[in-house]
Amino acid sequence: MAFMGDMMNPAPLWHNGPSPGAFYNFPGNSSSFGHTNHTAQDFKAHSANPITTTTTVIGLKFDKGCVIAGDTLGSYGSLARFRDCPRVLKVNDLTLLGSGGDYADYQYLKDIIEQKIIDEQCIGDGLHLKPRSLHCWLTRVLYNKRSKMDPLWNNYIVAGIQDGEPFLGTVDKLGTAYEDATIATGLGAYMATPLLRNALDKGPLDEESAKALVRKCMEVLFYRDARSFPRYQLGVVTAAGVTVEEPVELKHDWSLAHMIHMK
Amino acid sequence: MFRNQYDSDVTVWSPQGRLHQVEYAMEAVKLGSATVGLKNKQFAVLIALKRAVSELSAYQKKVIPIDEHIGISISGLTADARMLSRFMRTECLNYRYAHDSPMPVGRLIALVGNKMQICTQRYDKRPLGVGLLVAGYDDQGPHIYQTCPSANFFDCRAMAIGARSQSARTYLEKHYNSFLDCELNDLVAHGLRALRDTLPNEVDLNLKNVSIAIVGPKTALHVCEESELTRYLSLVEGEERRGGGAATGDASNPSDAGDEPQPQVAMDTE
Amino acid sequence: MSSIGTGYDLSASQFSPDGRVFQVEYAAKAVENSGTVIGLRGKDGVVFAVEKLVTSKLYEPGANKRIFHTDEHVGMAVAGLISDARQIVETARSEASSYRSQYGAPVPLKYLNERVSMYMHAYTLYSAVRPYGCSVIMGTWSEYEGPQMFMLEPSGVSFSYFGCAVGKAKQAAKTEIEKLKLADMSVKNLVKEAARIIYLVHDELKDKQFELELSWVSKDTKGRHEMVPKEVASEAENQAKQALADIEDSDEGDM
Repeated sequence: MAFMGDMMNPAPLWHNGPSPGAFYNFPGNSSSFGHTNHTAQDFKAHSANPITTTTTVIGLKFDKGCVIAGDTLGSYGSLARFRDCPRVLKVNDLTLLGSGGDYADYQYLKDIIEQKIIDEQCIGDGLHLKPRSLHCWLTRVLYNKRSKMDPLWNNYIVAGIQDGEPFLGTVDKLGTAYEDATIATGLGAYMATPLLRNALDKGPLDEESAKALVRKCMEVLFYRDARSFPRYQLGVVTAAGVTVEEPVELKHDWSLAHMIHMK
Repeated sequence: MFRNQYDSDVTVWSPQGRLHQVEYAMEAVKLGSATVGLKNKQFAVLIALKRAVSELSAYQKKVIPIDEHIGISISGLTADARMLSRFMRTECLNYRYAHDSPMPVGRLIALVGNKMQICTQRYDKRPLGVGLLVAGYDDQGPHIYQTCPSANFFDCRAMAIGARSQSARTYLEKHYNSFLDCELNDLVAHGLRALRDTLPNEVDLNLKNVSIAIVGPKTALHVCEESELTRYLSLVEGEERRGGGAATGDASNPSDAGDEPQPQVAMDTE
Repeated sequence: MSSIGTGYDLSASQFSPDGRVFQVEYAAKAVENSGTVIGLRGKDGVVFAVEKLVTSKLYEPGANKRIFHTDEHVGMAVAGLISDARQIVETARSEASSYRSQYGAPVPLKYLNERVSMYMHAYTLYSAVRPYGCSVIMGTWSEYEGPQMFMLEPSGVSFSYFGCAVGKAKQAAKTEIEKLKLADMSVKNLVKEAARIIYLVHDELKDKQFELELSWVSKDTKGRHEMVPKEVASEAENQAKQALADIEDSDEGDM
């Protein structure tokens, strides 16, 4: 109990004043500023690399919504260690979240976001977190953490319907944030972005063609990305709501790699 | 006269389950000049009566903008109101910073309520002696909220607080059914008439003693400038005054010294 | 209350010579002045009903609710000073959320109740603060433990109940609740009973206007606490009005 205090060690009668038997620096005195004697305990090291990681997450806008996809592999270095790490999250009826990077960091932030949603339901005023708000909030969190030299090692994609229009935005571990009609993180930024942009340049997409395009990208990435996996999840958000499908297995055929011989 | 032993501290319940200190703080609201808030389907409007402390002084500000979509008008201790308005501004700014959108009005009011409650429960604090009318616009449309020193708050269709505001409330109660569908001009005119009903017969509304603030869809909160004020005032100018405001004092005055405590009217438990 | 005015009733940290803490009893008085709140625990869930007194026509209908969500699965109905009650709601919410973050599971009501009562009790121990002027009823339903309901009082005391009532007409409401076979009833029926009881105990002469608030948490709502849907609520309300009218008719007949 806060106001009960500690009987054995009562709080001092006053603060910031002289105490018996101690030297005292008046505030504002130059000696109370400037360098102090730091000890080894004053410095702390943060973990500066991810442990269990997930790879690319893809986001694509179509005429009436957005689609997000990511595979379910959690890699431990180059070891394909965990095979069921879902990372496409339904935030509420109008917002989807996808994540890549450190899986523990994602789980940590996922819990916080889910509590945010519960808090909102408790208020019960009928207002819901909008995708732009979530995107902005993530940006603040990630930038703040990186400024403490203690980043959350993730790439996030926020997809949703903002005031009737599709919204697609991303934030990375440094707090760099932007909106775009096509977003792919990790290796996907190199391999999938050109495919997505090419398709979009040819004209607006509908839901089916957007999903097909994303599936194609997942296939390409599976062939090229050594940290990827053939099982992936796809989430779609439209004004009608959010659907996150169960993980599906993509068909792969390595006969095209006939020149590779395992020794 | 019997002196009430239970009214010296905010931490003391009276045997009837009342908090006299909080009730006294409610009285402070009635010392301020009157202010009216009302809304139609789109707009929320605040109309306030300003007072000048002396003939040489300027008129005391009654309307405080909080954010682009929220404004308050105050009645009671101005200094307490400034503290609250600073809190509200900070909360709105923080919400904008974190969520890139205006803060929902109801959520802000809930925070204000919780903040005000703290000082109704501690020996070393006193309740804030100010009532607010809050006008705001958000995704759910326009809002008028009233807050009290008791840390209570109310979502209102229309409301008036301050000195002799009972007359204004009487007007509002008579006409609130027509507010929702009327034009902004008519809405402001209703507000001005309600406010005028609180005035003694020899005083009238004029450019100097009236403040009007309006907020609505795609209309950031603004306190009307002279030209707009003139236009609105002309809407009700020369009308016959029916209120007889001077005669109708504030009817409810529960804590007149010497009043026997009445158990059934415990403050704000309704 | 012969001890009124003897000076032993001015502080929560003081006993009277006969061993009572009057400040706590006075705080309970504040609760008795409020609109009636009842909680009913049936076989498949818990129902709350509140007689929310409306003191001005100028307030928005439905505003200033007295039923709150504490977490997805816990509902809370409050009587007494609403501003005090909101503080309790806030405390309960943060307890629920901290339990979730620690254990990754919804907080068991038994535990939540213990924490919130400890909090309320702490305010009955010191002269620097006053006891809370509100009582709250908390309820939940889960697959494993079924329906559960607790009522907390300003003293920090709390009990588990099958049916409980606080506020102005708690005696009359309790009498009505005792007539019900709570353990056999489903929430669908309880909602109707709850509405009927509130209409029955409402004092038309003293408090003219009131709004009926209804919420439930049950097997049918999948353990989520929800306001009772409009159609169901208005049906229950209409039946309650009808029942009341019938009673009045028969009263006149007797005369």
